[in-house]
Amino acid sequence: MDETILEAHSLEAGEGLIPQANWFELSETLQKLRKNKKFPTIWCSGCGIGVVMGALIRAIDHLGLDNDQVALVAGIGCTARMPVYMDFNTLHTTHGRALAFATGLKIARPDMKVIAIMGDGDALAIGGNHFIHAARRNLGITALVVNNSIYGMTGGQYSPTTPLGGRATTAPYGNIEPPFPICDLAVAAGATYVARSTVYHALELDKYLAEAISRDGFSVIEAVSYCHTTYGRLNKLGTAADMMRSLKDNSIPQSALDRLTPEEKAANTKIVRGKFIDTPRPQYTQVYSNLITRVQGGEL
Amino acid sequence: MSVKLMQGNDAIGWGAIAAGCRFYAGYPITPSTEVAEILSRELPKVGGKFIQMEDEIASMAAIIGARIGGLKSMTATSGPGFSLMQENIGYAAMTEIPCVVVDVQRLGPSTGQPTAASQGDVMQARWGTHGDHPIIALSPTSVRQAFDLTVKAFDLSEKYRTPVILLADEIVGHMREPVDLPDFKTIKIFEQNVTESPATYKAFRNTEDGVPPLAPFGVGYRYHITALFHDEVGFPTQRLDEVDPWVERVNSKLEKHLDDISLFEEDIQDGARVAFLSYGASARTARHAMKVARKQGTKVDLLTLFTIWPFPEDVVEALGDRVDRIIVPEMNLGQLAYEVERMVGRKKVRRVGRANGEMVTPQMVLDAMEA
Repeated sequence: MDETILEAHSLEAGEGLIPQANWFELSETLQKLRKNKKFPTIWCSGCGIGVVMGALIRAIDHLGLDNDQVALVAGIGCTARMPVYMDFNTLHTTHGRALAFATGLKIARPDMKVIAIMGDGDALAIGGNHFIHAARRNLGITALVVNNSIYGMTGGQYSPTTPLGGRATTAPYGNIEPPFPICDLAVAAGATYVARSTVYHALELDKYLAEAISRDGFSVIEAVSYCHTTYGRLNKLGTAADMMRSLKDNSIPQSALDRLTPEEKAANTKIVRGKFIDTPRPQYTQVYSNLITRVQGGEL
Repeated sequence: MSVKLMQGNDAIGWGAIAAGCRFYAGYPITPSTEVAEILSRELPKVGGKFIQMEDEIASMAAIIGARIGGLKSMTATSGPGFSLMQENIGYAAMTEIPCVVVDVQRLGPSTGQPTAASQGDVMQARWGTHGDHPIIALSPTSVRQAFDLTVKAFDLSEKYRTPVILLADEIVGHMREPVDLPDFKTIKIFEQNVTESPATYKAFRNTEDGVPPLAPFGVGYRYHITALFHDEVGFPTQRLDEVDPWVERVNSKLEKHLDDISLFEEDIQDGARVAFLSYGASARTARHAMKVARKQGTKVDLLTLFTIWPFPEDVVEALGDRVDRIIVPEMNLGQLAYEVERMVGRKKVRRVGRANGEMVTPQMVLDAMEA
């Protein structure tokens, strides 16, 4: 793989999930898309959500998972429409409740890989309670949060991750609420794998997603995206390409941040890309399975 | 089995175990909490799973998720929690996922009186979630029936792919009676039978009886479930030629099977001009009043409904044709009486409602014969 590509995505040689020879022939991976579903997607041209979908498909493909063993559970919103296009067991639930539905599904089928797909409003406003409790329990679910800083589907209202001062249709004078740092919240609540990247750094997303899905416990991937249609327009941030470029210019890998002086670190306003925790602890369904064994064995 | 003294909430828990329920998600709330307590203890013994969720919204979501994963599932709550569950009850109705929701009714509105009895959720059980949808609600009058109707709730939910509400009340839930439960091995309930191959399977197709079989996730039937209006394979649609058949099929699937769903008991006296109609704990009041009236020489019909929703319209209409007056005691201000009035007209109906946490007394029912 081209070294500049590797560098741009903080990858070591050989770390890309798709061999270069197959770069433009995603035939294997495309088999994860539904053949009988009508395309194109509902997303606006230039939207970053499709990039995340591509990364998710590549990650699952890389792990060699059987399609039957994968369940995608989504809430409501632009991001939550993602599962319908993919050829897995797919569940489109109610707003904010993806993780609660996923909890029941995972407990019923601990052998399945359950991935909850949510936007920032879905995961952290209406679904915030389920987010922290799923993390606390360390349920074996991967929470994929696409953070575009806005409620896109309803037309651009401010969300729990809208930057301070950012304009939204319900924040016409600029947002006065501080945003949630999604990854910090996930770590504090008990998630055992947490990483962040952006839709510009698609290969990095591939890598983190594959790692997250391969872990037993509750994992969180924050995929920073943008909404040029609403947030971009309201804040004069340019086209989708401009906003994509801004993710490149305004983000920094954790490894680069670590090399800065304490003063420089404190002054950093860029999006930090990296893995923030990767420490296993007992996974809920395994613990419960042990409990059943002990109860049935007369130990408890 | 042997005779045991137990309360209605215990019987509901045992009914769930007997029916093959292997997943329970709930949130503590008086007066339903004993259901959760007994299942947290008993489910692991039979290889089932219990989880106490962060709220009732999550509980309802989790039981739907678990049923999609293949486990028969249940939650139990009371009025305030039942209100929180409504959106996802609508989800289960829309996506036709079987599940059982126990509502041990307490006095409302709002926080009301947690330990006081009520039947104030009759209409919430029918119309608590938005949009037109089918629903089944069963209401037990005794501890033994709390067991039997819990089993029946699982059977009906599987057979008709619908959420079933077990509309219990604080009195039946906390009342202790001696019961002799049947051998659980003798209890059989409906099981899904998917005969199509994954290639031809359509989870939402139109079948003759209106109920396509449900395949769980993770066994080869990779399909989409959404509570958006959807086509036969589950993909979202706005096409009227796909939406209309769904509306027609789902909203008529219970009507086609009323003989199986409608549970009631009639105690008829030839020539009676008055009838008592009731359900749940209030049916015990009605039965007592009937005995007193008959002892005093007045002929009285007694109709006890165990299935509240769908409302047994034909049965009540026929009763209205026989008698001049139907007295409806209930622990609310006339929620089911509205339905009776709808069938027989207002003039024939006397509501005996009470919404202060106390039972309707037999004397109140007898007084209504004169009024």
